[in-house]
Parts: sequence; structure tokens; C-alpha cells
Amino acid sequence: MKRKIMTPHEKYLKEVRRGKIIIKLWQFGLLAAMLGLWELLTAVGAIDAFFMSSPSRIVMTFIDLAAGGEFFYHIGVTLLECLIGFAVSMVVGSIIAVLLWLSVGARKVAEPYLVVLNALPKIALGPLIIIWVGSGMKAIVLMAVLICIVVTVISVLEGLCATAPDKLLLLRSMGANRFQLLRYAVLPSALPTFLSVTKINVGLAWVGTVMGEYLVSGAGLGYLIVYGGQVFKTDLVMTATVTLCVLAGGMYALTALAEKLLKRRNKKRGAGQVQ
Amino acid sequence: MDEMLTLDNVSLSYQTIHGETEALRGVSFDVAKGEFVAIVGPSGCGKTTVLSVVAGLLKPTDGAVVLDGKRVDAPGGNVGYMLQKDTLFEWLTISKNVELGLKIQKKLTPESRAYAHSLLEKYGLAEFAEHLPGQLSGGMRQRAALIRTLAFRPKILLLDEPFSALDYQTRLSVAENVSGIIRDEGVTALLVTHDIGEACSLGNRVIVLSPRPATVRKIIDIPLPSGPEKRREHKRFGEITNGIWKELKN
Repeated sequence: MKRKIMTPHEKYLKEVRRGKIIIKLWQFGLLAAMLGLWELLTAVGAIDAFFMSSPSRIVMTFIDLAAGGEFFYHIGVTLLECLIGFAVSMVVGSIIAVLLWLSVGARKVAEPYLVVLNALPKIALGPLIIIWVGSGMKAIVLMAVLICIVVTVISVLEGLCATAPDKLLLLRSMGANRFQLLRYAVLPSALPTFLSVTKINVGLAWVGTVMGEYLVSGAGLGYLIVYGGQVFKTDLVMTATVTLCVLAGGMYALTALAEKLLKRRNKKRGAGQVQ
Repeated sequence: MDEMLTLDNVSLSYQTIHGETEALRGVSFDVAKGEFVAIVGPSGCGKTTVLSVVAGLLKPTDGAVVLDGKRVDAPGGNVGYMLQKDTLFEWLTISKNVELGLKIQKKLTPESRAYAHSLLEKYGLAEFAEHLPGQLSGGMRQRAALIRTLAFRPKILLLDEPFSALDYQTRLSVAENVSGIIRDEGVTALLVTHDIGEACSLGNRVIVLSPRPATVRKIIDIPLPSGPEKRREHKRFGEITNGIWKELKN
């Protein structure tokens, strides 16, 4: 038998690859086992599919709903609400954070307000939101924004304030004004924080959207879940929930990918060209 | 008059909620054009405060700082500040880092950029111009930081223990390197350090400060040929450092 002799480094790389494959196998295996057990227990009647639904029933419900076309309308509504809520809170929250960084006085005045707003369960504002903006999409987006924006302001501000004092001292000795400090040192330093806030907000925007849809809605996945619950259609509830999982996971993966590309571009720009 | 910098009876006290801390008391000295002056003093005596005052980052409670005939009371972009850590911006390439001061002062022209790059060329960093600071060694980073401060042609270079973050061997070679660049470019420099040997190997004169509140205890001329390595090997080097050590101890 002829076998290629491997260098220690090749051996090490092979080990690393093997480790990764094993982790993936476990991850998928666990999912398959859970689904299989769920299916089996409902098939033999150990648990009642009427209350618990089952993987096969979820698939059937999904096909039925997809055939009607209406399901995609619900997905579209929820996705749109979520994206608007996410974008508005990222942009407005970051702008507020920058303004608070620019003014030490404003930052100190705002601090207790931010603490209280952060601690407040935003769902408590639900009835007020309905009174203020009515019971349409606006209310749902507003709920998503309320949930995301406070965290955005607090975290981004923290990132801005964490800029290395050495860098600020250096720029100030060069004669930099506050806006130049912001542009050349503070904003670039806060980029990693900004990226992690983005990831957190992807999750929170979904929380806010579904919460908003529980409160008031005539369409959307949250609406389907509430409706399904009221008429005891657990298949519908489960199908909508699984769809939410997939959408939220997909959006998170996209954000992570964007972050990776951004980091790679930065690295490339530095390492690429040796003159 | 060829004085570049004059401190005239400068006093400074920090105010905090817990009280007042007197950092400098009646500090006076001159630095001539093209001169390299080193300040030594016990740690915590207010050496860095002297540099902050010269840079205009701190306002003296009393007395005056005059840089090239103009009174300093705010950062005017006339000083090149070099800190303990090289403080290169890790997300900018070396060439962008070097252009930073020019950009801040809105002096980035084709000529000024060419000058900055000629410095990189002259001091062996041209091939790393498009690298990020993280890819350079400690000594190279410190050289890049020096070129960044020289690029906008400051009137005086302020060095705040610029070698103390480096290991001993690197420190000696970087000090040799940096002092060579400073001599070549004819820059006026003010160095603070707690390392007497470093002060004596670099400065034309050494100013000895007292413990806080800092006052000028003595100003000592160093009558040795220039170049840190040459000086360290000079037979009078030990005697001079000893003298300063005794001055500090009193």
C-alpha cells in the first residue's frame, strides 16, 4: 500500500478539518434526531399531534399555505416591517449616539433617561402606541424601533467613548477639532462595536416585529401565530414559527457574511500590495 | 535670539473634586533652535505635564509658554507629539498614517505628500507604505510614528518616553535610529524620560526636575559627541549619569 507521507503541519490541518466535520455531523444529527423523535412519538400516539403538531404536518401545512400564495404575502409583510424597524433604529440610534458623544453635557443629562428606557419592558407601551399611531403597520414598526433603538444608542455610544485616549491626545496635539476627532479616530475605532450592535439588532428587530404583530395586525407571521393559537391550529402556529426561525437565521447569516467581507476587504487593503 | 521654545515661570495645578494638585511650580527653561533637550525627573513628578503645556493641551495656571515667538494657549498644530506607545492607527496603512497630520491641518498637497513619502523612503519604510501597522515590528512602528510627526513639519518635537514600551535591545537601536533622524532633519526636540542613561545619550542638555510639584533643579550641559551609541561608550558617560543620579536623589 502506498501512502503519502504527511508533514506535521498537513497532519495538523487534517485533524482540524476532521474536528470541524465532526461538529457539523453532531449539529445535523441532533436536529435529525429531534425531528425523528418528534415524528415517531406523534405517529405512535405517545404525544397528541393536535397539540404538538409534527414535522410531517408542518411540511404539509407549509405546502398547502405556499400553494395558496397568501403565505408569501404574510412573510413579505413581516419581513418588510422587520427590515424597516431594523434600518430606522440603526440609523437613528447611531445618529443619536454620535450627537451624545459630541456633547458631554447632553450625554450626562440623557444618561438616566437611557437607563430607564433600557430597563422598561417596551411591550408596556403597546396600548399607547395603538392610540398614537393607530393599529396598522406603523404601530408594528414603531414597536420594533422602540425595542432596538435604546440598545443601539447605549452600545454605540459606549463604543464611541471607548476610543483610545492616546489617539485622541495625538490628534488634539495636531490641532484636530471635535469633528476631526470623530472622523479620524472615534468612528473607525467604534466600527467593531457597530458591527456587533448590528448583529444584536437583527435578533431584536424580529422580537419587536412579532411582538407588534401580537398586539395589532391583520397580516404577517405573528398574526398567523396568534390566529392559529386562537383557533387551535397548532400546525399553522408551528409552521409560522419555523418560518420565523429560518428568516431570522438567514438575516443573521447575511449580517455575519457582510461583516466577514468588510473585515477581509480591510485586511486585503493593508496586506495586498507590496511595492 | 535663536530660542525656539521658552517656558517662563510656568506653574500648573490640577483641580479635582478632592482638591488641588500642584504639578508644576515656576518652571523656566529655553530650548534653542535645533537643540535636543531631555527632561528627567522622578516618576509622577509632572514631566508629561510639561509636554502637555508646550503642546497647548493644558493651560498653565501661571506663567507663559512661547513657541517660536508666539504664545501658546491652545493646540496650534505646531508640535509633533510622540507617545510611549506608537499610537499608529491600526486601520490605516502606514502611508495614510503618515499623512494624518497633514490631513488634520488641511495641508495635504502633492508637495507635502511627496515630502512625507520621501521621509518614508529615506528611512527605509517605503516598501511598507501600503502595509497596516500590525504587520510591522515594534522598531519600525516607532519609526513610522516619528515620520508621521515630522511629516507636517512641526516647530518642535515632543517625545514622551517614546522608547519605554520597547524591549532593551530594540530600545537601544530605535533610540539610535530616531536620534539620527532628528539630527538629520535638524528638528528641535524635547524629550521626557525617567531613564538617565537615555537622557544623557540623546540630549544636548539635561533638565533635572524635582519631585512634585516639579521645579527645575538643575540644567546640565552634556559635552559629549552626538550619537547615543558613541556617547554610551564615552569614558565620561558614567561620570555624567552619576552626577545626574545624585542630583535626582537629593
